[in-house]
Amino acid sequence: MTALTGAGTRRRAGYAFRPSASLAIVCLLAALAGTALIALTVGAAGIPLARLPAALGLWPDAAPSPTLARDQLVVWSIRIPRIAAAAMIGALLAASGAIMQGLFRNPLADPALVGVSSGGALAAAAAIVFTDSQMGQSLRFMQHQLLPIAAFAGSLATTIILYSIASRSGRTSIAIFLLAGIAIAAIANAGIGLLVFIADDRQLRDITFWMLGSLSGATWPKAATLAPVLGCAAIACVWIGRGLDVLVLGEAEAFHSGVDVERLKRISIVLVSAMTGVAVSVCGVVGFVGIVVPHLLRLVIGPAHRLLLPASMLFGAVLMTGADTLARTIVAPAEMPIGILTAAIGAPFFLGMLLRQRGLVSL
Amino acid sequence: MTALLEAQSVSMVVGGATLVDSIDLQIRAGEMVAIVGPNGAGKSTLLRMLSGDLRPTRGEVRLKQRDIRLYPPRQLAFHRAMLSQHVNVTFPFTVEEIVHMGAGDAGRATAQPLVEAALGEVGLAHFSQRQLPTLSGGEQQRAHFARVLVQLACGEAQHGPGLLLLDEPTSSLDMRHQIDLVETAKRRALNGTAVIAVLHDLNLAMRFADRIVLLHRGRLAVDGGRNEAITAETIRRIFEVDVTIDYTDQGVPFLLPQTMRPAASP
Repeated sequence: MTALTGAGTRRRAGYAFRPSASLAIVCLLAALAGTALIALTVGAAGIPLARLPAALGLWPDAAPSPTLARDQLVVWSIRIPRIAAAAMIGALLAASGAIMQGLFRNPLADPALVGVSSGGALAAAAAIVFTDSQMGQSLRFMQHQLLPIAAFAGSLATTIILYSIASRSGRTSIAIFLLAGIAIAAIANAGIGLLVFIADDRQLRDITFWMLGSLSGATWPKAATLAPVLGCAAIACVWIGRGLDVLVLGEAEAFHSGVDVERLKRISIVLVSAMTGVAVSVCGVVGFVGIVVPHLLRLVIGPAHRLLLPASMLFGAVLMTGADTLARTIVAPAEMPIGILTAAIGAPFFLGMLLRQRGLVSL
Repeated sequence: MTALLEAQSVSMVVGGATLVDSIDLQIRAGEMVAIVGPNGAGKSTLLRMLSGDLRPTRGEVRLKQRDIRLYPPRQLAFHRAMLSQHVNVTFPFTVEEIVHMGAGDAGRATAQPLVEAALGEVGLAHFSQRQLPTLSGGEQQRAHFARVLVQLACGEAQHGPGLLLLDEPTSSLDMRHQIDLVETAKRRALNGTAVIAVLHDLNLAMRFADRIVLLHRGRLAVDGGRNEAITAETIRRIFEVDVTIDYTDQGVPFLLPQTMRPAASP
């Protein structure tokens, strides 16, 4: 907190003091390792730190016992896939927020806030309902892939609609962008409502369970769906970082500086949609990670995307793993949906950002 | 000597309105041209077509004997640099980071001396670590000018004399920095760069430009040296202002407006 206050004071003075890139990445990696360790040990079945190495199989001579067997089952079948899913979802959501903010040159952009997540959710809910239909039956063999693909398509369609509404000859109006996002989210939510209305009991249970935004259903296959998207996104982020930096100058200036703006926009839109879509398909709509993480990081490490994007991935992973651990322990043995937790922290944060920028951003 | 940039009867028609009407223009390396004209004459539109940003509805722009549309953006950036009228940066990049953007993919070792030289040239060396959005409009404009100078220097180091386009670069600057900026551009021209600047201040244009291109209602009204392009009669006809033209001790002409009211129609 001291660091943040310090950064704030320097910001007001107008001078930037930033830690080196390698220091920032090392600190974030350490934080991620620490959070993952805590997440491994706490929960409904507590595993003290002393028993953890044996449970992880790092201690091959440990005497077999019922406790060890139980610990191993909990760690390998429940905790690790869940932590992996939480970390990857956090990384995807935070980085997609940062890319979207760079694309729209607007620090208030967030896939969940402007309906991109809702668009993905609508398509995913439709996939759940229509899997039982005749056409759905023929696609049943790809049941595990159907949800992420549908969510990606929904997110992509929403992002393209949003971009074409909010951008006029290379300029993006912040007001039109946010208002169009609210309208699109409302339409998508109405669509989800309609699907809930026509769904049968089993489908309704599936939709509701998934919409609550919980990671309790995280399994190895689900984590495996996230991994390739995260891998591709991480590579793409390195590649588009400089372009997004220069895009901050506006589309015309970015073109004058040698950036292929149209290609950069297409890549960014597909990336944001894929990252948001696959995250939504696993844990429902989780808001505010994409807005809080890049904003806090910009205060400390600066806005350059080549560092901001990988750092957002790491910090997003830390935040989401921490939030999920809190969600499954705070009301134990029950679980709080993680979407509620991120909204409870993120929404006041967003309001604070709006109040601070009130004088700076002309809506 | 062949032209570095050549516009062949370029026109821009938007929604039935002709913003620029078949203009021919040539500029050689080492030449500084000022584009002047009343508001809405099509100066910025013409400049954006010359930069390759806007595609002419008719006609063609050729940069170094090649159709400008055939250059990929990155290649184009090596041959021409452009400073737009308004650049608004929302994220807290430092002045140095912004100026570095001009260097593109060039390594830090190549770029850093160019960045420092450009910052010194625009008088912002002491502000290099300041966040750009905290500076005044004029200081931000100078930082962007430094960025464009770095881009030009990087391109010229590899590909020889380039093209520098400036769209009303002096609009938010005080008198001293207006002169500094135009002098810097003039120095580039003396070193072989082709410079085209849209200017509102006719005195500044007459003082520094080798040639003045006067636009009126999308058409090219006059293209020539300062003495032939700017006459009291031309100013009266195009700007609807009465002026007298006087000369400095060095023989440079300057304008004195006689009235702020529109002159009576002839």
